[in-house]
Amino acid sequence: MTSSTTAPPAAKPQPPRRRKEDRAPREGGMAALLLSPTFIVLVLVIMYPLLSALYQSLFSAESGLDANGFVVEGESFVGIGNYLEIFAGGESGRFYNALWNTTFFTFVTVALETVIGVSFAVAMNRAFKGRAFLRAAILIPWAIPTAVSGLLWRWIFQSNGIANDLLNTQILWTAEGFAAQVAVIVAEVWKTAPFIGLLVLAGMQLIPEEVYEAAKLDGANAWKQFLSITLPLVRPALLVAVLFRLLDSLRMFDLPFVLIGPRKSSVETLSILAWDQSNQLQYGSASAFAIILLVYVAVIAFVFIRILGADVVGDADKQAAKQAKKQAAKFAKEAGR
Amino acid sequence: MMQRRRDRRILVGLAFAATAAIALTGCSAPSTTESAPASEAELEGRGPIQYVSSPDASGAAQETIDAWNADNPDEQVTWVELPLDADQQRQQMVQNAQVEGSSYSVLNLDVVWTSEFAANRWITPLPEDALPLDEEIPATVEAASYRDTVYGAPYYTDGALLYSRTDLLSAAGVTEAPETWAEMQEACDAVLALPEAAGVSCYAGQFDKNEGLTVNFSEAVNSAGGSLFDADGEPTVDTPEALTALEFLVDGFESGMIPREAITYQEEQGRQAFQEGKLVFLRNWPYIYKSLSATDGSSSVQGKFGVSAIPGEDGPGVSTLGGRNIAISSFAENKATALDFIAFFTSREQEEARLALSSRAPVFSEFFEDEAVTANYPYLPTLLTSLDNAQPRPKVVQYGATTAAIQDEIYAALTGDKDPESALADLQDKLAEITAG
Repeated sequence: MTSSTTAPPAAKPQPPRRRKEDRAPREGGMAALLLSPTFIVLVLVIMYPLLSALYQSLFSAESGLDANGFVVEGESFVGIGNYLEIFAGGESGRFYNALWNTTFFTFVTVALETVIGVSFAVAMNRAFKGRAFLRAAILIPWAIPTAVSGLLWRWIFQSNGIANDLLNTQILWTAEGFAAQVAVIVAEVWKTAPFIGLLVLAGMQLIPEEVYEAAKLDGANAWKQFLSITLPLVRPALLVAVLFRLLDSLRMFDLPFVLIGPRKSSVETLSILAWDQSNQLQYGSASAFAIILLVYVAVIAFVFIRILGADVVGDADKQAAKQAKKQAAKFAKEAGR
Repeated sequence: MMQRRRDRRILVGLAFAATAAIALTGCSAPSTTESAPASEAELEGRGPIQYVSSPDASGAAQETIDAWNADNPDEQVTWVELPLDADQQRQQMVQNAQVEGSSYSVLNLDVVWTSEFAANRWITPLPEDALPLDEEIPATVEAASYRDTVYGAPYYTDGALLYSRTDLLSAAGVTEAPETWAEMQEACDAVLALPEAAGVSCYAGQFDKNEGLTVNFSEAVNSAGGSLFDADGEPTVDTPEALTALEFLVDGFESGMIPREAITYQEEQGRQAFQEGKLVFLRNWPYIYKSLSATDGSSSVQGKFGVSAIPGEDGPGVSTLGGRNIAISSFAENKATALDFIAFFTSREQEEARLALSSRAPVFSEFFEDEAVTANYPYLPTLLTSLDNAQPRPKVVQYGATTAAIQDEIYAALTGDKDPESALADLQDKLAEITAG
């Protein structure tokens, strides 16, 4: 369950693409042939486990003991029984709690990360001595494996740890409750704000300097420049970064698991719930949880892309350049008037 | 054109989502498991085998394996090292059993897994005459058995000790280690009245919501004369004895006898608190003895602490048994070699040699009274007393669900979310449901 660290598509300069109608007819067959290994791999590593999990989620493990104390085991087909049990069964409260925690963590951490990440990017974008060093330093939290940073924060947040020393309090961060949620949010934001910062920085570096010069001539102050130039122009990159973070934090597992512990209801996420079920050898309901999570993640991604038009396909820089040109022309016109 | 781009976006979005969920769905692949073949058959076959266990930092296990390999060139043992985390070890062994893999021959099992592995026929019964079970501590043999059949050879053992601050206790005029909870409370009251005991709390164990809580709760219940399950495996937690035990802990938190932060203590946090001089009494395993007596200045209680058996309601308490057993996988080849290797691995000679390298307590009681040994490990005689009395944790097949239910309810009671009576009533219901299958 490693987090995906795919290179940001927005940051890659790409050769201009040819339109479909320019291609020779035989190119299509060739393309299909060349792409087929990729598709086979995708089917094997994505479709097969997915369908297998879907199938598995329709079964329920039954076990009893025979007279000699041996397990009599069997799996029975229960159809959507596992799902019904999850949504309306006796333990459904636990599911809704985990769903709420997952959603709460995702939206709070991504919101904070976006604000902090963008300010990182603004800081890093300035030309100053030691900039390379600062960039590397900001990336360190992102490079540390989540489980390790979970342990690190566990020491910080333990009852006689640094957090309580600095704040001069006696908060039990790693017990149940709101404090535990705060601890998870702090550790998560610390770890992933640099990621957003980096992607946004990449977007900022594509903004031509002339746009800012025109704005300066026009008398726009720094805040105004940020609002009407930087932000709209890095939007494609920022949206991709936010989408990545959304998808990643919806399946948050290791941080609350290591930092606070499994089965603590205030920080239990859907992933932890699925893990817990499979740990009890209840593969049917574990698969059902995983499928529900998959659908939830897909819905969020869909809505996000639909509403905000996040550009995940990769023509961000083209758009950015186009927008920049438009913006520059506008400023030039206004300045020339 | 616009529509097509949007479709493409959606597709890509879905692909991301799918990738995101793969990690989860991937681990739920094993499908229908038929019940394993009955394997009371003779342990036959000779040849190379695999020993599967957690890593051993002390190097002691490696020495034993090297010694075996030097003597048995045709029956070499390969060591398969699993992750350090016990849950992950169990999961890998379970997965191997579910696909009936023959690549794991000899399994190093935590004592609490014995019932689950035996009941699922993932491990093979061992012939009792092949092992020196008579000379081993009875509780360890009991913990390696399921329904009166021995499934594992006891490897090392572990029991609870009560660590106490002898310097503070003698300053307060308390000379005897407490045998009951009331005596412990009295001793604390005397110590905490001293000016040098400022900032010190009375007692702690492992109360964070993990396996440690199950251990501490079952110790409290057994020490109050109750039990978690009766001889037939029926849960018995809704009893006056269990209530006394739970109230001892809940009242302890309320009165401040147990410090509030102890709700976050696992083994290490408690050790740290005691080592920093913040506790008069601490319930913990023997392994912390070494760091508490470190002479390099890292321990502020070095030379100022003692060990005794844990206290109970009316007399000495009942420790929960820890430790490991060695068993043979039902799906292994070369089971005859595996049995010989187990006998060699857990033999007196090997246990003795290992004790010098690792501080793990051997399962032969004679070591605990050997003066040459106890000179190095002064806590061993006390540990033996503790082990003589010790009880295994609940021997149920669904141990994972059982310990989870115990932790849920007891943690809720300790944090004040539930009153002790309803926590125990709910726990009784949950356990009844789990054991019903």
